[in-house]
Amino acid sequence: MAAPRTDALPALRVEALSKSYGDRRALQDVSFIAAPGELIAIIGPNGAGKTTLLQILGGALVATSGTVSLDRDDVGWVPQQPAVYSKLSVRENLWLFARLEKVGDVEATVNRMLDQTGLGDRAGDPLGELSGGNRQRVNVAVGLLGDPAVLLLDEPSSSLDPRQRARLWDFIATLAREQGTTVVYSTHNVAEAERYADRLLVLADGELLFTGTPAELERATGEHDATDFEGAFVRFLRSRGH
Amino acid sequence: MRWLLFKDLRILRRSPLLVALLVLYPLVVALLVGVALSSGPSKPKVAFANLVPPDEATISVGGRRLDAATYASELFDAVDAIRVDSRAEAIAKVRSGEALGALVIPPDVIDRLQATLSLAGGEPPTVEVYYSAENPLKRRYVEATIDATLADANKALSNEIFSEAASYLNLIVAGGSLSLPVVGEVDILGLRNARAIVDAAITGLPDDSSARAALEQVSRFAGLAADNLNVSKPILASISTPITVQERSLSGSDTSLDVFGVEVAVVISLMNVALLLAAGMLALEREEHVFGRLVRGLVTRTGLLVEKIALAGSCAWALASVMLAILVAFLDLGWSRTPAWLAALALAAVAFAALGAAIGGVTRDVRAASLLAFMLALPIAALALVPSGAVDGTLYDAIRIVSGAFPFKPSLTALDAGLSGGSLVTPLAHLAALTVAFTALARLALRRFR
Repeated sequence: MAAPRTDALPALRVEALSKSYGDRRALQDVSFIAAPGELIAIIGPNGAGKTTLLQILGGALVATSGTVSLDRDDVGWVPQQPAVYSKLSVRENLWLFARLEKVGDVEATVNRMLDQTGLGDRAGDPLGELSGGNRQRVNVAVGLLGDPAVLLLDEPSSSLDPRQRARLWDFIATLAREQGTTVVYSTHNVAEAERYADRLLVLADGELLFTGTPAELERATGEHDATDFEGAFVRFLRSRGH
Repeated sequence: MRWLLFKDLRILRRSPLLVALLVLYPLVVALLVGVALSSGPSKPKVAFANLVPPDEATISVGGRRLDAATYASELFDAVDAIRVDSRAEAIAKVRSGEALGALVIPPDVIDRLQATLSLAGGEPPTVEVYYSAENPLKRRYVEATIDATLADANKALSNEIFSEAASYLNLIVAGGSLSLPVVGEVDILGLRNARAIVDAAITGLPDDSSARAALEQVSRFAGLAADNLNVSKPILASISTPITVQERSLSGSDTSLDVFGVEVAVVISLMNVALLLAAGMLALEREEHVFGRLVRGLVTRTGLLVEKIALAGSCAWALASVMLAILVAFLDLGWSRTPAWLAALALAAVAFAALGAAIGGVTRDVRAASLLAFMLALPIAALALVPSGAVDGTLYDAIRIVSGAFPFKPSLTALDAGLSGGSLVTPLAHLAALTVAFTALARLALRRFR
């Protein structure tokens, strides 16, 4: 995988982001920077604040305090479940959302997305007849229709089998590499985060515990076992009291 | 918003079963209601056993003989009679379901009637009626038909008796000839003639005659009796119909039952289509997980609601208009009020669509939305059709408030005004207010979802 352009201006800058629901603090002073083309995985236990962080970045939630450098228009949002119409074909879904996104050349954009997803030969098939992996590809493609600087994905591979997951991540990595799109995604699959992410954000109880590469996380535990990244992650959480 | 509308229409086009149901359901209802109302109610099948021997089927009233078969014909105008020869056969027809009821005329009915008319005493004439208790509605229908028919037969008979009694009174007052069996023609002097004779006799008497005072007394009595017996004829006539009815409608329209049936059928169909489409299409956005993506800047929540209400309202309006047009043609109601009923249907469709959107706003999937829409539609329609006076006053007030909070009752009122020429202002304003209220409720409900 090509390295992100860390020398360029950051695609995303998040500063001291907090979100409270009454007395409960879902996010506490989270800050990080993402470079163009960088793949960032947000990992952490249940209730860590992963989805809350993504929703604030995507404009679906308003932060209690802190700032995000992007406008909503610069962000592509890919929800966990494929948010597409199963009665419409692949092309019709892309066409509809391109219209709603008010993209300049709708037909050209749709054709480009069909090429990128590799679903050109199934453009006329209803979404309901596609495999879970292909539906998720269309779901991601819809998030990319507005040509966003940052693509946010909420557990994009959670409902896919290993082969479909690998194909999806190849697709996402290609997008990031070829278009310079910054990808921020949440996942429960730590191995997937290690394998595909350039950088990890480890959240627990709304607090950002770690930011760095998977190798740096392993080093932070004081042990290095190339075959057990998940074990290293759990030890890291325990060492921080989670 | 137009792209969403376009998308929804495309999805509907790809759901042929749903569209077929939405289109065919109101059309079939319209055809059924139209055929039912234009052909009128069918006569109930009633087994009829006349056990009176044919040669004893006449009664004697004064000097006249009346044929009982004349009065039995009243019955055959109202029912589809299955003639049988015995009581057992009549009962068997009811038990087998071939007849809804049975009417048995016992053999002694003529004798009893004759005895009653000649003031000989004894039991009054009685006919026997048998019903099937299998279905209370059916029983009530047959019972009401036979009761009404017997009342008509009784009235026809009492009219004959009155007519005969009046002719006797005439004879007593004015005099004439009376034909009696065995005796033959008999001349009756009559009270007026008797008085004239007495008055003539008084004139011929000397002033101091002792008979004068007595004859003057007889003359006065004859005059008084003739006058009062003459007056007694209208009194006697009033006995056969003691009460006459004068009907005046104090509120509402004078809509016929046929037109009311049409209005109810159309509003129910419009309600079903608008509720199900609005609720279902809004719930579909969440079932497909698209809602969050749409409201993240592509469409506003209010815009999404307006689109669903416009879609469901337009479809329901179009279908209800076609349905009503078919019924107007069937029942020959005339086309002059078409703009008025089209306007009534338009507002009704939008109000129901807004209610449907509120239902879709609180449910997460299409099945739950459809179920809730159906569960709500049935009681709304039933409550709106409860007439005043049918239940306790306080309960009716509560029903009226509940009915007023939903679009069924005002839709019915608006459509009635549209068809019958009443004022549309109040019901349309009511429907507009409900549209705003349910749209606001739906908008509040959508705040919960992302």
